[in-house]
Amino acid sequence: MTTPPFLQIEEITKTFPGVVANDKVSFDVAAGEIHALLGENGAGKTTLVSTLYGLHRPDSGRIRLRGKEITLRSSRDAIALGIGMVHQHFMLVQPLTVAENIVLGMRSPREPLLSLGPASQEIERLSRTYGLEVDPAAQVWQLSVGMQQRVEIVKALYRGADLLILDEPTAVLTPQEIHELFNVLRRLKAEGHAVIFISHKLDEVMAISDRVTVLRDGRVVNTVATAGTDKAALARMMVGREVLFQFDKPPAQLGDAVLNVRDLCVMGNRRQMAVRDVSFDLRRGEILGVAGVDGNGQSELVEAIAGLRPAASGQISINGRALAAFQPSDLLDLNVAHIPQDRQRVGLVMDFSVSENLVARLFSLLPFARSGFLQWKAIRENADGRIKEFDIRAPNSEVKARSLSGGNQQKVILARELSRAPDLILASQPTRGLDVGATEFVEGRLLEQRARGAAIIYVSTELEEILSLSDRVMVLHRGEIMGMVRPGEVTEEEMGLMMAGEKRMTAQEKMEARQS
Amino acid sequence: MLETLQQLLWSGDLIYATLRLTTPLLFAALGGLMCERAGVLNIGLEGMMLGGALTAYVVALRMGNPWLGILAALFVGAITGLLFAVVVVTFRANQIVSAVGMNILMLGLTGVALRAAVGLSIGQSPAPTIPIWEIPGLAGLPLIGPVLFAHLPFVYLVFVLAGAMAFIFYRTTWGLAIRAVGENPRAAETVGIDVIRVRYATVVWSGIFAAVGGAILSIGYLNTFQEGLTAGRGFIAFSAIIFGRYTPLGTLLASLLFGFTDALQLRIQAFGVQIPYQFLVVLPYIVTLLALFVAGRSKGPAASGLPYAPGEE
Repeated sequence: MTTPPFLQIEEITKTFPGVVANDKVSFDVAAGEIHALLGENGAGKTTLVSTLYGLHRPDSGRIRLRGKEITLRSSRDAIALGIGMVHQHFMLVQPLTVAENIVLGMRSPREPLLSLGPASQEIERLSRTYGLEVDPAAQVWQLSVGMQQRVEIVKALYRGADLLILDEPTAVLTPQEIHELFNVLRRLKAEGHAVIFISHKLDEVMAISDRVTVLRDGRVVNTVATAGTDKAALARMMVGREVLFQFDKPPAQLGDAVLNVRDLCVMGNRRQMAVRDVSFDLRRGEILGVAGVDGNGQSELVEAIAGLRPAASGQISINGRALAAFQPSDLLDLNVAHIPQDRQRVGLVMDFSVSENLVARLFSLLPFARSGFLQWKAIRENADGRIKEFDIRAPNSEVKARSLSGGNQQKVILARELSRAPDLILASQPTRGLDVGATEFVEGRLLEQRARGAAIIYVSTELEEILSLSDRVMVLHRGEIMGMVRPGEVTEEEMGLMMAGEKRMTAQEKMEARQS
Repeated sequence: MLETLQQLLWSGDLIYATLRLTTPLLFAALGGLMCERAGVLNIGLEGMMLGGALTAYVVALRMGNPWLGILAALFVGAITGLLFAVVVVTFRANQIVSAVGMNILMLGLTGVALRAAVGLSIGQSPAPTIPIWEIPGLAGLPLIGPVLFAHLPFVYLVFVLAGAMAFIFYRTTWGLAIRAVGENPRAAETVGIDVIRVRYATVVWSGIFAAVGGAILSIGYLNTFQEGLTAGRGFIAFSAIIFGRYTPLGTLLASLLFGFTDALQLRIQAFGVQIPYQFLVVLPYIVTLLALFVAGRSKGPAASGLPYAPGEE
């Protein structure tokens, strides 16, 4: 008789009102294995691992650990059985220290008194063993995202986790941090831990996993050995059709400068200088990518250009018109389109209908308003046209924006913003959270606009995406330009160093790099 | 006039009255602080105090024993806390609206209950009161003895409790759980803390603390009860939490300031200074407003006032 696999998932089904999130999902994980769960957004990966961590209960199906069937009523049960999880959005309490976060919810040896001293020693021991450097006395809010992730991993190990689940762990990391994370995972594997690694990035799955289970629409497509497959095959399984990794991008047809930014400084929400001395030009027919780890001044830069955030100093001019104090309403006159990062809170009014959202910018002008009265007929006709043109999947134009999927919500924004043939397009993470199909759509539309002669700023944290779409790439670190590079003339390694702030260009290079 | 004021400020009497008037406030404030740190906003302290004050009075009067009155107030405080928890924790109702409702309900209910229990007679019978407890050895000290060590037992108790609460918050696993639940309940849940249970416990305790504060007013100091007896002290207690920056020590100091102001205005009245008494009576409320103004941005726990639904994304 053979020993059973470490973890067996058997026919797990979980439904939420109106959606089957997991449909008879089965796979197994061995001790000392890194098992990737691959799938698009909404394929059911997170639901599945939440079930595994006891956060909700499956409708049917069984979970066996070390051959024995287990029932998980809460995460407490999961922890007690040696299951640890690093959530996509870290589950850390910001004002508490690292040590406090790590012992939180555990019995203290001196119960009910806290015993942080011995705990800190144990944390330091774990840090050394696995190469996870953390300072037990630091408060979490002071730590970088990469460090917070290390705290999460130590937290799971401190609880004696044999099975570690990581939900999209690389989404927030620089390439170097990803590299370090992978080293940690390899060490965990060598120590006999089982690891479930969730991702929708094929390169990472190929690099780190032993086996891959692909999920699509809540079902398992297949489980394969990583060594016996390739990116194309995985992508086919994930999306259900052939996927083009490269699209044809004609060479840029550069026109006049549309945007000039000089010595721009912008304050962030926490009263820190979020953008420092940024200067660049942007011309018609050009896509300028803005790369960097999330939170390094990208949003503040875009918001300043969009007139949503005042510049602390420096100049911005659009089409030769220098503007001291921007008003968001100026965007209309200046013919600037803005695709905001937070599409649900900034881009759309979720409880307004699709047709209302489609005229959110123009509702006070003819033909949508006449003498101060809304012209519903014109508004609806406009909506019907856009829905067709942008392939928005909505039952009709009067449903609330809230009821649409993420991809279709983004299409509503694109339809509104791009229909006026803008001169300048500010696209902030326009593909974040979208599946492969919707991503292709968004990128295709932006390339169309580029061919038409629009100047485009394209902010993304996905390196691959930026490199394939942009004509030039600006790398930001703590609000400063670390480099202005051309895709094809730079390696991902170099980009990573710039994103981490370890490589920067000289003042001379900066001057030269301004112009396209 | 200046001389009178000087005389007033240096009198041990003023310090005595400050401690005496701080005590009910601080009880309520500590209760409020506890559930506030767990993320439940309790501006229902006022109503909870009223409930405790009435219960203690009626039971002490009927049973002829003030300690039974206190015991009954504890019980009623726990029940009110529990009810509030059911509404705002389990049913996730808006915490401010629910608390306002609770305050109005308690104001009416205590008025009706008072008439039902003791009738409509104007001259209410005084209830037996809690006796002063002079701390042996210390109460005899010259000058400070009678000022600091000849109070109701609750006066000493509340200062001990403030210290105990600081210890619990920062030195025990319970306190860590409470702080985590108030800041990030979802994170707390993922490490196996029962968020709902923590919130229930702290809200029930806040009810008990506030009720004791109210009971001290009725059978500790006044020996009677009248409608609206607390006169906004529950709200002042709530302000003390904010002014005290959500820490036990800060809350203690803020309560002392408010208690001092109240004591001061009473003394000024007693000294017969020629200021219309109406101006003096509003003094504590004005100081409360000023304090909140001065406090500026006192940041509460991140999840304060937000209902939590376990297990939902």
